[in-house]
Amino acid sequence: MKQVLDFEKPVIELKEKIAELKKFTSDSDIDLTDEISTLEKRLERLEDDIYGNLKPWDRVQMARYPERPTTLDYVGELFTDFIEFHGDRHFGDDEAIVAGIAKYKQKSVTIVGHQRGKDTKENIRRNFGMPHPEGYRKALRHMQQAEKFNRPIISFIDTKGAYPGKAAEERGQSEAIARNLVEMAGLKVPIICIVIGEGGSGGALGLGVGDRIHMLENSTYSVISPEGAAALLWKDSNQAQRAAESMGITSYDLKKLGVVDQIIPELKGGAHRSIKEQSEKIDTVLAASLEELQSLTTNELIENRWEKYKQIGEYKELE
Amino acid sequence: MLKDFFSKKKKYASVPRKEAKQDIPEGLMQKCLGCQKIFYRKEMKKNLHVCPHCEHHHPLNAGERIDSLFDEGSFQEWDQQLVSANPLHFPDYEEKLEKDRNKSGLNEAVVTGKGEINGFETAFAVMDSRFRMGSMGSVVGEKIARAIERAKESSLPFIVFTASGGARMQEGILSLMQMSKTSVAIQRFRESGGLMISVMTHPTTGGVSASFASVGDYNFAEPGALIGFAGRRIIEQTIREDLPDDFQTAEFLLQHGQLDKVIPRSEMKHVLTTILDIHQPRGDRP
Ligand SMILES: [Zn+2]
Repeated sequence: MKQVLDFEKPVIELKEKIAELKKFTSDSDIDLTDEISTLEKRLERLEDDIYGNLKPWDRVQMARYPERPTTLDYVGELFTDFIEFHGDRHFGDDEAIVAGIAKYKQKSVTIVGHQRGKDTKENIRRNFGMPHPEGYRKALRHMQQAEKFNRPIISFIDTKGAYPGKAAEERGQSEAIARNLVEMAGLKVPIICIVIGEGGSGGALGLGVGDRIHMLENSTYSVISPEGAAALLWKDSNQAQRAAESMGITSYDLKKLGVVDQIIPELKGGAHRSIKEQSEKIDTVLAASLEELQSLTTNELIENRWEKYKQIGEYKELE
Repeated sequence: MLKDFFSKKKKYASVPRKEAKQDIPEGLMQKCLGCQKIFYRKEMKKNLHVCPHCEHHHPLNAGERIDSLFDEGSFQEWDQQLVSANPLHFPDYEEKLEKDRNKSGLNEAVVTGKGEINGFETAFAVMDSRFRMGSMGSVVGEKIARAIERAKESSLPFIVFTASGGARMQEGILSLMQMSKTSVAIQRFRESGGLMISVMTHPTTGGVSASFASVGDYNFAEPGALIGFAGRRIIEQTIREDLPDDFQTAEFLLQHGQLDKVIPRSEMKHVLTTILDIHQPRGDRP
């Protein structure tokens, strides 16, 4: 059973109606072609209207949609020869993060990304895409290897956040994330980060320092979940919708704030409509970014990275 | 066990709290948050807000911290003029900032600058939890990044005293991105051979814990400081079990290999001096 999102109920209902009419036409000798075509036109207008005016909370729902493509979905479409590698060499293998090497248009790349599951069983194995320190350390190991072999790094961001657990704290969740931020800041190879679903706070950022930060149109990136913000600010997690609107968490908000470089358009109805077609849209942006970054010298790359982050933030100066 | 608890309580109940309140002018006395005993405020202040009885470390504000470490007259503040904007037009944010400015006498949750510790010049940042819980917004990130850059340019060490509840939520993603900004600055500083010392004080959590607080060449903490990534309540809800009392304390982190050393406030200046001394002259990379 596919989950229906609240805001797209009218679309789903109209689609069901059309399917019903089509079935009726084929099962009987009554021809409803004209009616169907009218409804199909109406459907198109309705979809344009609904998907063209998504509210922040609608996008939160879209970003969390269980069917939404994951890192490995896109890896399968965008790259060839992908090999996944496991383990941080210290504690274990965190399947909430995947890491490996592959070819992108005949060139070698390193891939890291958060990985959630698509069903309960896989989600349990992958801890719902919420990493422990060993996940960040695995990713770091591969990113440092990317630098050694001069491969660009492509990072897919898709997590509710780093896992808030006892063992995670004991093993240094803070240190693991902090370490990645500083190390990624200095890697002498291009780093391209793409937020594909939820970009949840420090847990997202732990794979998120790079030369380009792109976001899928309906993904979100925030300092705290809307529910968490609502609970803290208004002592009421039911105000999540209000928080989603106040906190500026959509791709459009982040573009405006100068945090995101490019918004990658999504298919009408969301990325999950077609992994293949959505991958093509990612491909266009990824290819262009890589070309730009690979034309830079190492010094330029590192200096530009500092310039990029230096200007993020807004403040005033007293006289 | 239970008996101990009661006898303990009784012992402290005998402290003349009521009389103290009645006979002594308001503000002259102060109750220790650790042992609940009452002390003269001046005595506590002279002891750097460490309880003479149980050694509980009460928070120091930025000014007190600076006074406790730097040689007289050596302190020079940087970027005091930076104040928060309200980039997301977040309701009530400006009022809250104004309130904390008045309360703390500070423009923001961090004071940066340079000074000398027993003659060793160093750049530093001291956070103050009285200002928006020491949360990191654009100004905190900018001031820390600038301080690190200046330390790099002047070949000074950089010492940060953290005290922060984490991100400044009212600045949304810009707050999160200060973690990146300060990290890039630290990376550049590190690349230039700079010495960075982090001292985590109560509390150091969330985004500050998961960025500059945890990446010093030496990571220290004050006794009893709460340090962690996620909040205790959220963890308890997530894993559905009670956490040990000492969870996320400095001592807990030390035991789990997450800190180099827990340093009592009374020894702080001495230990920092020794470290600064051992790192002289600075080994600049060619
Ligand atoms: Zn005490």
